[in-house]
Formats: sequence, C-alpha cells, structure tokens
Amino acid sequence: MTKELLKGNVAIAEAALRAGLEAYFGYPITPQTELLEHLSRRMIELGRVFLQAESEIAAIHMVYGAACTGARVMTSSSSPGFSLMQEGLSYMAGAEIPCVIVDVMRGGPGLGNILPSQSDYFQVTRSAGHGDFRPIVLAPASVQEAIDFTGLAFDLAEKYRHMVILAADGLIGQMMEPAELPAMRAVRRGERPAWATTGAMGRARNIISSIYMQAEEEEGYNLKIQKRLRQIAQAEQRCAEHMTEGAVLLVVGYGTAGRVAYTAVEAARKAGMKVGLLRPQTLWPFPERRLSELADNVEGCLVVEMNAGQMVDDVRLAIGGQIPVSFYGRMGGVVPMPEDVLTTIETEYRRLAQAVPSNRWTKEALC
Amino acid sequence: MAERTAQTESEDRVPGMEAVYEHPRTLNKVVTHYCPGCTHGIGQRLVAEALDELGLRERTILVASVGCSVFVYNYFDVDAVQAAHGRAPAMATGIKRLEPDRIVLTYQGDGDMASIGLAEVVHAAVRGEKITTIFINNAIYGMTGGQMAPTSLPKQQTTSSPFGRDVRLTGNPLRMSELLAGLDGSAYIVRRSLHDARNVLKAKKAVLTALKVQMHGLGFSMVELLSSCPTNWGLSPEESLKWIENEMIPYFPLGDYKVADEVAAL
Repeated sequence: MTKELLKGNVAIAEAALRAGLEAYFGYPITPQTELLEHLSRRMIELGRVFLQAESEIAAIHMVYGAACTGARVMTSSSSPGFSLMQEGLSYMAGAEIPCVIVDVMRGGPGLGNILPSQSDYFQVTRSAGHGDFRPIVLAPASVQEAIDFTGLAFDLAEKYRHMVILAADGLIGQMMEPAELPAMRAVRRGERPAWATTGAMGRARNIISSIYMQAEEEEGYNLKIQKRLRQIAQAEQRCAEHMTEGAVLLVVGYGTAGRVAYTAVEAARKAGMKVGLLRPQTLWPFPERRLSELADNVEGCLVVEMNAGQMVDDVRLAIGGQIPVSFYGRMGGVVPMPEDVLTTIETEYRRLAQAVPSNRWTKEALC
Repeated sequence: MAERTAQTESEDRVPGMEAVYEHPRTLNKVVTHYCPGCTHGIGQRLVAEALDELGLRERTILVASVGCSVFVYNYFDVDAVQAAHGRAPAMATGIKRLEPDRIVLTYQGDGDMASIGLAEVVHAAVRGEKITTIFINNAIYGMTGGQMAPTSLPKQQTTSSPFGRDVRLTGNPLRMSELLAGLDGSAYIVRRSLHDARNVLKAKKAVLTALKVQMHGLGFSMVELLSSCPTNWGLSPEESLKWIENEMIPYFPLGDYKVADEVAAL
C-alpha cells in the first residue's frame, strides 16, 4: 500500500468500509457530508447497505435496528445532528448494542456554524444520552489517525458491546493529507453473535430491550454496565507524547488543537523552554494515568482546546490539584495559531518560574 | 410476570377429539399487562395466529414501541427489539435492510405512530420499506393515563383535554390510513375494527394479507385496528365496544385505503 492524498471525511468513510462496514445510515450535515456521499457510492458498488435517513433521529434508530442483527453498522454527523442522536445512543447503551458514530464537530451552540470546533467534548464524553454511561471516544489529530481509529473503533465496539464515537473536529474532516488506507477486511456476513435478533430459527428467542421495570433489576443492569466501563477505563486509555522528557510545563491538547500545540511546543523547545505535549487520543477513557504520572514531574500544565474549556475539567481531575492548570482556547470555529499558543506558553512559563523557583528552569529562556 | 413459552402441541388435547381452537404457538402463555376489556389482546392474538398460519414464527423480528404496546415482546415467542417512542419504523428499516428475507413487524399505538413517530412511519412508507405495521388506534394515550392523542375525537374528554378536545386549539384527529395510502411506497393500507366478532375476523384476514405483502416484497403494509380503552375512556368494556362502533368508526371509516395491483393479485 502507498500513501495517497485523502480528505479526512472520505478517508474515514473508506476506512470504515474496509473495516467490514455492512450498513451505513446517515443524514447530510456540514462539515461531514463527504463521508455520507462517499459511502452512497461505495456501499452500493459493494452490494452493502447505504440509506439516507429522513433525519438524524431516524438514522440512529436505523443504526440501532441494523446493529441488533449483529452487523457492523455506522452513522456520522456533526454537532447539532449528534445532539439529535442522543436518544438512540441512550437506548443502545441500555441494550448493550455496539456501533460506531462519527462526530465531525463544528461551532455552536445552536445552529452555530460549519467551522472546525471541539465544542462537543462534553456531549461526547459526558452527555451522549440520558442515563449512566459513557461512550468510548477516539480523537484523531490527522487523516492517518482518523483512518487508523476508524478500524479500531469497530474492534472496540464489538469487544465491549458498546458504542464508540470518533470525535473529529471539522478541520480533520475537511483537510487533505497524504495517508495510507488499510487493506480490505472481509465482511462477516452470516456470522452473527448469539444475542442478535435475526429470527428465532431453531433456538430460543432473543429480546433486545433497555427496560427493567424493577428498581433492583435496573440497578443490577447499571452495575453490570459500570463494571464494563471500569474495564474499559483501565484498558483503553490512549495518548501520544512529544518532548515530555524533562519538561517543566506540560501542554495538553487533542485533535487539531493538539496539532497546533505540537508546533508551538517545538518552537518553545527551540527557544530553550522545557515544554512537552500530551495529546489524548481517547477522550473517554481519558488518559488520566499517564497525565497523573507526568504531573509528578512538571511544575504546571496548559490546556489548549477549540472551545471554552471542556477537557480542562478532566485534566484538573487527573492532576488533582498537584500543579496549576491554565487554559487557552478559541471558540466559534476559530482555529488557534501556533504563535498564539506559543505566546501563551511563554506567559505561563514565566509565571510558573516566578511562582515556583526551581533549579530546573532554563533561566536564559525567560530573559 | 411469570413467563412460560408456548408448547408446540396443546397440552390439553383430548384423545378422539379434534382441536378446533388452540392457543397460538407464537403467543406465549403469560398473563398480559392490559386492562380488563382492552382489545390489545385480540389484536395480538390475530397477529400470532397469522404468523402461525403462514409459518413465519422463526423468521419474524418484532419491533415493540412505547405506550401500552411496549411489552409486546413478552407476549410473542419471536425475536424482538424494543424501540424508542415513535422510532419503530426506523428500527424496523435497519433490521429489514440487513435481514431482507426475514419478516419485520412493528406494533404501535396512536400516540407512538401518529404523534411522535409520524416522520418515521411516513418515510418508511415513502421508501416502500418491506415491513408490516400493526397500528392500534384507541384515540388516547393509554400507558401514561389517558391524555389526548392525535387521534382523539373532537370534544373527547381526556386528562389533557378536560373540557373536551377543542379542534380550534388542537386541530382535528389525524387519519393515518388515509395519510399513508396517498404515498406511492404503500402497498397495502387498511383500517379494521376489533369491536365485534365479524370485524375481528375481517381484521384477521387483513393481517394475513399484510404479512403476505411483506413475504412477496411488495412494499409497505399497515393494518390499522380501532381498539378500545375502557380504563381511560371511563367506560365499561361493553360500552367501549359500542363507542368504537358509534363514535370512532364514523370518524375513522373502515375499509381498504390502498391495495396495490400486485396485492390484489395475491
């Protein structure tokens, strides 16, 4: 396989069908529409199911139905459309049905705009529907990572019988980059899990429901789900690091914000500042274990996001007040420039040096 | 709610006697949650008998909805899923597209289908989804305790229209069969009633036809069944059956609203 120039949305769509996607249901919304358009051609060519639904609400319930047959199923949307899907996501969480949802995030609240944003962090990690559950959330920072995480998303969904959200900001969805697609995986048509509702032929019937009328039963189900979520939280924390060795200031950012921060951190290092980057690749489970380790060795933390400060809550929870945590963010579809992040790094670096005198500082960099 | 799966053979068969009436194989032998006098049970029995007669039990996937029909999955010995309020046709679409040789049924009430789920059922019909919908119309929200439904009659008193349904404020009742019959994807749309034996037999034939429409892949099929709700209507079971006949049928005339040519040829 060789690298080719691919648009993020198209790359995710192609990666999904190469991961054995059997059915896609979706509704047009910018900035994810190329994903739907690509699959409208490719899924039909391959004799698989593609259906443009009448709404995001219908799309997610078509996904729910199709996933009940044990098939690999996906939908995609962007922030306001994702909000509409919360009903179906909650039902799927209540019925242990695996599926993959792509959220190409845009500016909000309300109709907002179609520009890149990370305003759905709360929505995807905390409020993907009513009830006690958290989806697995993967956050790519490049087209290549979007491709790799798409395949991973299906594997994790089926491993844990849980939903996986690929949370890409609008820039990841819209930009073109050289990337390599995986080989085509076979569709497992005919192989269905034992719980699937495919007709009770020669076996006892299967029922897929999220109803437990007795309080103790409902609590019992919740305890089961919570146990599984703890397993996921233990096993699936993922993050990337850059120049964290010997850093005194740790920058934390994901997706496009993480990429902008990467450039800023490199520039800061060149200027002699001991700065490193932690880029969460899973937003839930949040990579708190690694962040907590790093927090033992740095003096401060700067969180960079394309929102008003949402992931910063998780950073603070992971760090537990050990070190000061500051925040830099742009909203409404504004993508921060590396220079802006660098300026913030310089300010934070200087402030920390004054607040926490330490022989670990490179004094020259502060002058 | 104790549950016991129906046996293939009647347990009570007497030697030398011919069985002319049995518990349907597809219907589980459980006590239902329906109120006394409610005709949901009749509607369910008709569906179970039809599935038995067509030999479809092992090939059927039932989509339960929200309302009094929420627990239908307890009563049928078939694979079943439970949909969110109004979304049964979307869920059925997802199942049918993945399992095109299976029989996919939704069982929905009027609040579920005609109010919150109107978009889902209309678009399922527009697409000509090869699914069958059993629509129980009792002109009220039963499960939540008798609120006004889109199908509640003018001046009908409910817990959310205590002065009677004022059509100037809330519009007139929605006639689902007429609405869906106007869509090209609909193959078979009929309205029947469960208020007396003659109509019950007609309803049974309609359910059989609707299932055959799906078996032959002819398009979307729906059987609307006018049904009673004595508890929330504040009437006795007997009065309720008369209310269907005297009040509901004039507003919701019985009949065949769409019978596609291919269906007529079955």
